[in-house]
Formats: sequence, structure tokens, C-alpha cells
Amino acid sequence: MDTGFSPGHGARGPSAVRLVWIYPDLLSTYGDRGNLLVLARRARLRGIPVEIAEVNSDQRVPADGDIYLLGGGEDLPQILAARRLQASGGMSAAVNRGAVVLAVCAGYQIVGTEFGGVEGEPVPGLGLIDIRSGRGERRGVGEITADVDPALGVQRLTGFENHQGNTWRGPDVKPLATVLTGVGNGDGTEGAYSGRIVGTYLHGPALVRNPSLADLLLSWVVGPLPPIDPRQEDLVQTLRRERLAATPAPS
Amino acid sequence: MSTSSPPSRRTGLPLRARLATTVGGAAGRASRLAGRGDGSVIGGVIGLRLKPDLLSLLARGRQIVLVTGTNGKTTTTRLITAAIGTLGQQIASNAFGANMEAGLVSALARAPEATLAVLEVDEKYLPAMLEVTGARVVTLLNLSRDQMDRAAEIWLLARRWRAALAAADCRVIANADDPLVAWAAGQSRKVTWVAAGQRWHDDSWCCPNCGSHLRRDGEDWHCGECPNRRPPVSWVLAGNEVIDPTGRSRPLDLILPGRANRSNAVVALAVADVFGVGVTAALNAIAQVRSVAGRYTHVERHGCDLRLLLAKNPAGWLEALDVLVPAPVPVMLAVNAQIPDGRDTSWLWDVDYRRLRGRPVFVTGERRTDLAVRLEADEVAFRVVGSVDEAIEQSRSPSMEVIANYTAFQQIRATLGRTA
Repeated sequence: MDTGFSPGHGARGPSAVRLVWIYPDLLSTYGDRGNLLVLARRARLRGIPVEIAEVNSDQRVPADGDIYLLGGGEDLPQILAARRLQASGGMSAAVNRGAVVLAVCAGYQIVGTEFGGVEGEPVPGLGLIDIRSGRGERRGVGEITADVDPALGVQRLTGFENHQGNTWRGPDVKPLATVLTGVGNGDGTEGAYSGRIVGTYLHGPALVRNPSLADLLLSWVVGPLPPIDPRQEDLVQTLRRERLAATPAPS
Repeated sequence: MSTSSPPSRRTGLPLRARLATTVGGAAGRASRLAGRGDGSVIGGVIGLRLKPDLLSLLARGRQIVLVTGTNGKTTTTRLITAAIGTLGQQIASNAFGANMEAGLVSALARAPEATLAVLEVDEKYLPAMLEVTGARVVTLLNLSRDQMDRAAEIWLLARRWRAALAAADCRVIANADDPLVAWAAGQSRKVTWVAAGQRWHDDSWCCPNCGSHLRRDGEDWHCGECPNRRPPVSWVLAGNEVIDPTGRSRPLDLILPGRANRSNAVVALAVADVFGVGVTAALNAIAQVRSVAGRYTHVERHGCDLRLLLAKNPAGWLEALDVLVPAPVPVMLAVNAQIPDGRDTSWLWDVDYRRLRGRPVFVTGERRTDLAVRLEADEVAFRVVGSVDEAIEQSRSPSMEVIANYTAFQQIRATLGRTA
């Protein structure tokens, strides 16, 4: 068994969901820890124990995680992270076993085949999903809302984006959502998914305002989820309503 | 030609520049009288419209210190002004934090006779302001994530600093403990390195020079793959003491609280040294500074002693949480996301709020729901309130700590009156 997991509040055991946060030292530009905290909270509220591994770039990536989280990063850390992940191999092995990946912003670009470097030159990605990214004409900065592929059963996405990337999908990769407000992939779509890999340009704590996306990832690991006590959902739903109301979609 | 007295600095300006500063000054006074801000920007805006090169004209013939960085600009500007003030000369300064071109113009126009100026500069404007003012000294405090919706990427910012400083003939006072700052100053011809510390490490794990992983051992750092390393320092912040270049250490008994302010003080001492102000005299002046543009101010409100702390980004929140008086004194947190704050509240998730557990916490501001969700995730109990008065009423406490980000802080000060 791989090492590196520390138990959360729940008991340690084989039934625990194992969350792996990849390289918080490099891929955590703006609040990326939020995704880890939201997944852990929503699992625990349902009585599902959680184990967490925060793996810095000088550590080995465990191959036995259930959900891998990759966050945002500036050009240099992004390139270094891609290089280290290629050398480490742990995450690719986990993906081959069916592990779940949530890749945000720079992390989204890294899991594809190629992304743009400091001067826009192509840099090889991990190739876990058939997408390719490059530098767009202008920086997409602001609130983003997007309607998720109905096949996933996830509510409208609300988040903040801050990137200058464009992303193109191969034939077997579907867009995660259709943009209502914002830039996303640059072609009217936002994010991508293939198998259990989900990528998005909603940066930083993307799951905070999108609890149903968090639940989708958890359900891919543990199966159908029991509902959460509505009192524990109150604030998050208020936040969703506030943000969606503040970002009216063009009619 | 008169030899009896030097020509007035102001009358030495071309006619149009004189007109521009006069009209601008009148507008600033009008703005203050109308209660619309402290009048430090509007005058400069009007002056620049009349005379676009006004700042370089106003800067001419003065010895200018520029102060920049993500956190501590306003405080350090104040500390440097206090230290250099011991020379007994008039000093121009944008003491209230108006740190873009119009704010600099207003500061210089208000003090036409001052031959010294200490000016804080928004970190994004440093290259342009350095060129325009021909500053003698540039002070670099730190660089970390802040208002990322406007700043894009901080490494790009550091790269622009590096190019601008390499081309300039100025003395750079730089924090050697911040790898991004050290790299930005690395090609300057004259640098005084200060070990001012770095509490927040999470924007500098990557070598800014080559992109490899930086290795850290305490405050020391070096790159594993290129020659980039922490430069040798001449001033050191060591706990509660400052060690000067001769190796002598002195206690830093400041009125201002916290590690961040001791760090700012050491940087200010290094700047004062450039102007020939001795450490003892400078330190005496710095130690007396009590509050800076409302920050750290105590305000009495309905029988409650409020202390106001400003925190604008994760590194700033870390330092602010460090200086809180212990439980059970209640804490009010206020967060907005207007343009000066950054429209994006993602940074809330970079702050570890768990240390607020077990004390009364009140949450307010325009983005109080974002903050509430954040505290809920950290299992911090809190109450949402609409105003500082509501928090005072509910807490029934004789004192309360208030931490707010930029526009939330200004709103609270407005509520409390300009005395704050």
C-alpha cells in the first residue's frame, strides 16, 4: 500500500475516500485548497471517511488515490509540475485504474497532450485526456456561468476564470459545459471530460459554488450518495443564488 | 541673476505646469471640503490632464524614494518618512496610499518646496514611475498573490521590475528573503539586501530564474539547478531585533504590532541609512509611529474599543491573524470584492481561518456569504451581521478586533467617522 495519506476526521480504513492534492507548492495559485476542503466536507457530512494526501513536487505521487486534484499555476510552475508528474508516473497509473481527476485551469491544460509555455511555445502535457491548449488572443477574466452536459446531471456552473488559454478537444472528449457568460475554452464551450477525468477553466476553488459537481466526483468513487441535511447546504445554496443573480446570462 | 536665495521650486516650473498644479490643488481642496475622499487623487488627475508630463516636472531636482511591494507599502512609506524626517527637512509623501500617477503628482504638488520625497507606488506601475521620477532609491518589500484579476501573474510583474531596475541608476533596497524580489533586483547595479523575512512562501517555490524547484532551509534558499540563491544581506530582522551592517543589534520596540511591521521597520532603517540618518535616531522616530492611514487605529464606538486591521490578500491575512489579541476578544471580519479589492474572492481559500475557532466571530461586508461559506468549511462558528454596530451590540464586549479588506476597511472608517 502506498504511504502518504493522513486520516481526516473519519476512521482510517479501506472504505475511506482517498483525496490526493497534487503539488500545492506549484499548482495552487488562488484558493485551490477549496476543492479539497469541499470534497472532504461533503463526504464527511454523509458519514464517508476521508483520507488526504497533500503531495508537494519533491514527493512521490501515490498511485492508490481515488480523486486527484490539480490546481492553477503560472507558466513556470505549470511547466515544472508537468515535468515532475511525467517523471513520477503515479497519477497516470491511478488513472489507468479508473481514478477520478479534477483538473483546474493550469492543471486542466497539464492533463492534455500539449499546452503553451512562457513564450507560447508548445510544452508536452501528460496526455491523460485528448485535449490541446494554447495561448488565446486575450485574457479571460471574470465571472463565468455555464450549463453542464445534461448527461452528467450537474447544476449550472458558476465560478471565476482568469486565464489566457484556449483549449481544443479530440473526437472522444466532450465539453463539460456550454458557456453562458465568460470565455471558457474559447469556442463557446467550457471545460472537458472523458471517462472520470474532468477539466475546467473555473479557477481556484471551483467546487465551492458547484457542490453538485463535487458530488458527481464523489459518486464516481463510492456510488449513489445519500442526501445532505439541508441545513448544511443552506449557505452554499445562498452563495450560488447570489453569484448567479450577479452574473445574469445574456438572453 | 539673483544669488541671495535659490529660486522657488514652484516658480521654477514652466507656466503651464504651475497652472496645472494650482488648478489641481484647488480641486483637491474642493474634494476634501465636499467630503469626497481625502482629495489626494482628483487634483493629480486634473493636473495631468492639463499637463501630461507633470510628474516628471514635479520630480525634477528632488531626491525621491519609491516604495513598492504587495504588502506594507503605506506603512513603510510612513516609517521612512518618520526616519528621514529627523533631518529636519520638509518631505513630500502620498501618506494616504494614493499610489498611482495622479496620487504621486498630488503629493509632490502639495509640497513644492520639499527636496525629499517618499512615495509609495502601486507594484504594477513601478517601471513607469521609476522612469518618470528618476528616483534615487527604490524599496522592494515583497511580492505575493493579490488582486489576480488585475495583476495577471506575479512572475510577469517581477520580470518587468527586473528589466526596469537593470536600466535605472538608483539604489535598490530589497528583501533578500523573498525570492521573487531578490530576482527582480538581481541585475541592479547598487543593491542593499535586507533580511526582512517572508511569512508567506506559497508564491515562491519555483525558481524565478529557471523554473526549477527552490530549496529552502529556514530563511535561506537556493535553486537546485541554476546559480540563483539568496544574496548576502547587510541588514537583518532577527526576531524582535534588528542587526545593522556593523553587526550591532538593537531591540525593535515599536508601537505598531506584529512581525510584518518589524520587517517594514528594518527596511525603513536601511533606506534612512542611505540619507545618512543613524540607526538610533531613525529607530526612535520609527518606534513612535502609532497608526498608518487608519490601520491599527483604536476607535471607541458605543463603549467598545475597536482595533482596525487591514488585510488585502492571503499574505496580509496571515500577518493580521498573527497580531490578533487572544480569545475571548471577539473578531469581526469584513470582505468586499470591488475593483480595488479584486473582483475574485478565491483568495479566501488560501487563508487558514481555523485559528479563529473557539472565539466569537462576526462576518460582514458585501461578500459576507463567500466568507461565511469559507468559515463553515474550516468549522469556525460565526454570526453574520449587517454592520459594525450590529457586531458591537451582539458581542456585548468591551473590545473587538476588526479585520477588513480594502474597500470594506474604508466603509468601516466612514461609518466610524474620519477620526478613525
